[in-house]
Amino acid sequence: MKITIRYFAGHRDITGRSEEQLELVPGATVGSLWELLVGRYPRLVGYSGRILYAVNQEFGMLTTELHDGDEVAFVPPVSGGRN
Amino acid sequence: MTEYFQITNQPLDSAPLVALVQAPDMGAVVTFAGIVRDNFGGRATAYLEYEAYESMALVVLEQLAGEARVTCGTGAIAIHHRVGRLAIGQIAVLIVVAAAHRHAAFEATEWLMDRIKEVAPIWKKEIWADGASEWVGNEVERKAELGDQMPTRADEHE
Repeated sequence: MKITIRYFAGHRDITGRSEEQLELVPGATVGSLWELLVGRYPRLVGYSGRILYAVNQEFGMLTTELHDGDEVAFVPPVSGGRN
Repeated sequence: MTEYFQITNQPLDSAPLVALVQAPDMGAVVTFAGIVRDNFGGRATAYLEYEAYESMALVVLEQLAGEARVTCGTGAIAIHHRVGRLAIGQIAVLIVVAAAHRHAAFEATEWLMDRIKEVAPIWKKEIWADGASEWVGNEVERKAELGDQMPTRADEHE
């Protein structure tokens, strides 16, 4: 199955691209995709545990299962805080 | 036609949003403008660049506004966020909330700004006056790293 990944902000700087398509095995999850990407782009590892996950523009979890044609985005920490 | 929720690279103007949310039974309209500031923790800023996962950001803004309407009991809410290169003094975000009474409108406005910073897929790149640049992460973490005593006022976002 084919998945589209969108990269933003610091993730785009690290990967050098704003999106890419990957062929994944059936049963792949957001978590397994993230592991695969950290292997491919080691500098992403600093974001592990500090990001939000989006599948088809809705927030998902590491356990969210992926399907053919899904669009996944790993949302790095967003701008700003309480002050 | 003015939209309630918008991500745009054009300058923001609050007047059409105030007109949009007003209604005869709404006795209060609160407008919050997040303005590009000339420094972060004392380090001089040259300008900012904002970027959004636009289609998702619009959905998130609309969801947050829906939540604020219910929990705070407000009327209509409009949120516009700017993207692209912004100069110091320009408006990065506008939140305009109508309510029957002012307390609900103020409460919803502050809650919305906090939540937008937490979950909306919108990012800010700080380009420092010395030429360096960085994507801004969580400001709470950054302030801890800076070790500075930051202002506690909640009205000087962005």
